[in-house]
Amino acid sequence: MREARLMQGNEACAEGAIAAGVDFFAGYPITPSTEIAEMMAKLLPKQGGKFVQMEDEIAAMGAILGASLAGSKVMDATSGPGFSLKQELIGYAVCAEIPCVLVDVQRVGPSTGQPTAPSQGDLMQVRWGTHGDHPMIALSPWSVRETYDATIMAVNYAERFRTPVILLMDEMVGHLRENVTLPEPGEIEIYPRRKPKKTRAEGYEPFEPDTDLVPNVADFGEGYHIHVTGLIHDDTGFPVGSAQVTESSIRRLHEKIMRASDEIVHTESYFMEDAEYAVVSFGGTARTAYEAVKNMREQGLSVGLLRLLTVWPFADKVIAELAEKVKGILVAELNYGQMVHEVRRAAGGKCAVELCGKYNMKSFEPVEIEAEIEKMVGDVEKGGRA
Amino acid sequence: MAELTRSYEKYFRQNRLPHLWCPGCGNGIAMKAIVQAIEKQGWTQDNTVIVSGIGCSSRASGYMDFDTLHTAHGRAIPFATGIKLARPELNVVVITGDGDCCAIGGNHFIHGCRRNVDLTVVLFNNAIYGMTGGQASPMTPLGGKATTTPYGSVDRPFDPCHLAKAAGATFVARSTAFHVQHMTDMIAQGMASRGFSFIETQVQCPTSYGRRNKMPSPAEMLKWLQQHAVLKPAWDRLDREKKKAYILDHKFPIGVLHQAKRPELDYDAAYDQVIERAQGVKA
Ligand SMILES: Cc1ncc(C[n+]2csc(CCOP(=O)(O)OP(=O)(O)O)c2C)c(N)n1
Repeated sequence: MREARLMQGNEACAEGAIAAGVDFFAGYPITPSTEIAEMMAKLLPKQGGKFVQMEDEIAAMGAILGASLAGSKVMDATSGPGFSLKQELIGYAVCAEIPCVLVDVQRVGPSTGQPTAPSQGDLMQVRWGTHGDHPMIALSPWSVRETYDATIMAVNYAERFRTPVILLMDEMVGHLRENVTLPEPGEIEIYPRRKPKKTRAEGYEPFEPDTDLVPNVADFGEGYHIHVTGLIHDDTGFPVGSAQVTESSIRRLHEKIMRASDEIVHTESYFMEDAEYAVVSFGGTARTAYEAVKNMREQGLSVGLLRLLTVWPFADKVIAELAEKVKGILVAELNYGQMVHEVRRAAGGKCAVELCGKYNMKSFEPVEIEAEIEKMVGDVEKGGRA
Repeated sequence: MAELTRSYEKYFRQNRLPHLWCPGCGNGIAMKAIVQAIEKQGWTQDNTVIVSGIGCSSRASGYMDFDTLHTAHGRAIPFATGIKLARPELNVVVITGDGDCCAIGGNHFIHGCRRNVDLTVVLFNNAIYGMTGGQASPMTPLGGKATTTPYGSVDRPFDPCHLAKAAGATFVARSTAFHVQHMTDMIAQGMASRGFSFIETQVQCPTSYGRRNKMPSPAEMLKWLQQHAVLKPAWDRLDREKKKAYILDHKFPIGVLHQAKRPELDYDAAYDQVIERAQGVKA
């Protein structure tokens, strides 16, 4: 076992990336994500990897995509304003199926917003920010140690599905310091870069889907002479104007991820066995929700917590099952109300779903969530189902 | 000899031709000059990557039988930077248009020159937005007609070669579609030069530019290029007055316009030193 170390969430993200095999990072400084870039600038060259500070977030995104195509495992970290700038190239990575991890350490928005204040207001942008139909994988860790693990998981998913994966962090976890014991390198599972299974002579087509619907795209410089484009393309990689190819490629981009969603969707339940009410939360807010639920349990209320590590794809099945079991769900999120809409949709009217939102630069206090739980319970017991 | 034997043909994806460019377009000339320069350099199809942005010119990558990357509008240089830093042994060529490189990608262009990554950037300058049907570009001359400047452009164009030099590119050259051999030579010299090399090639766009600007035929446009391009040595011999008159007459120099005197470390070589320093330092 390694020794325990006092570490910040952002630092754990950088260390996790290196452990996962990230050897190229391009970035542009922005609070509250900057420590990740600074750590990568320090750590990467020691491993023979490269860090480059680009002229803006679009350039950083372009650089990681180029490096990924040339065989590197890549990451880039930013916050809201930078994340907004990256949207076009996030879609490019979806369409051209380029593995990459993007970290968004959220701040209060819109616009420059409140640069150092915590928020979870990018939840929907993470899902829908880039134009057109596309799937998305996003993970939102709640502790320093989980940030380390989730970063590794993000890199592995990016490689396995050949898609951008977003590590949706918040300032609470990014700047949180905790004592953590990291795993030994041998304990970490790493998904290797996918390799072509055919030679050119055997009729290799770079975007031909494998049985898991993910193509084994050759890296540049391997002699395959592949073409990569953000235009809709067929298995050869070249653009085509066909309706059928357009339809099937958009469908495959979704299906390669959705068919694995049971595996990708990670959730955790606390105090849920006999719970009549539930709080659903994610990221740093789930820490406070946990305290609130624990306190309410001590006061004899039958309430539990469902925490989503995977925020996208959304935990539809888990929420649907939960809605069958409980009388009411409170969604605690540090924004004006985003995840609550997804929970309502997935709950399908089976129970009350209420928002516990906040957007005043401060993270939640347990009492605030406790008060909202009490209010929901009161409303439901009165028969006033939302 | 290469020209006579058409040995350059192997660099094209024959099954992707014919190309989508209009009859009389200059892009094919520049694309051919690039592969001939690659041949001249002895680069192979396996160790060379072609990266392009979005536009008519950027469609060239799809016809060239290398690893090729057709990126997003304006972003070819950042993608190329990532490729080169990840795999320094690859030769990376960027193909871009005047809007792609100098409008939407202008900041990347400046910082590419400054960073001095070992890339060869070839700008196909047709003075117009070809792909979207003839809107004004940052290279459209004052008074030039475009669909978005129906009364003549009032936006001043700028000289991308001056910009490249000022921003730190270590090799800067210009040629035109009329001067085919010269163009190939400029590109080959750029490829041979380590660091960020920028070659502007002026190409004719009869469809979207010429027709609106009193040069409806490709031949007229090529003739204009012939009459206005002045070889660098001759340009340098002009006295002040003559040069002024030439500039007013829209004449411009072609040739190697700038080459860094002392060999500067390109970004990759400099980064190798970073790695050495980092690995020498105890954690
Ligand atoms: C972000 C974005 N904005 C606009 C466009 C539309 N668009 C495609 S090509 C182009 C301009 C092309 O002009 P240029 O770069 O000069 O290349 P050319 O077609 O003349 O070779 C524009 C505006 C786009 N594809 N993406």
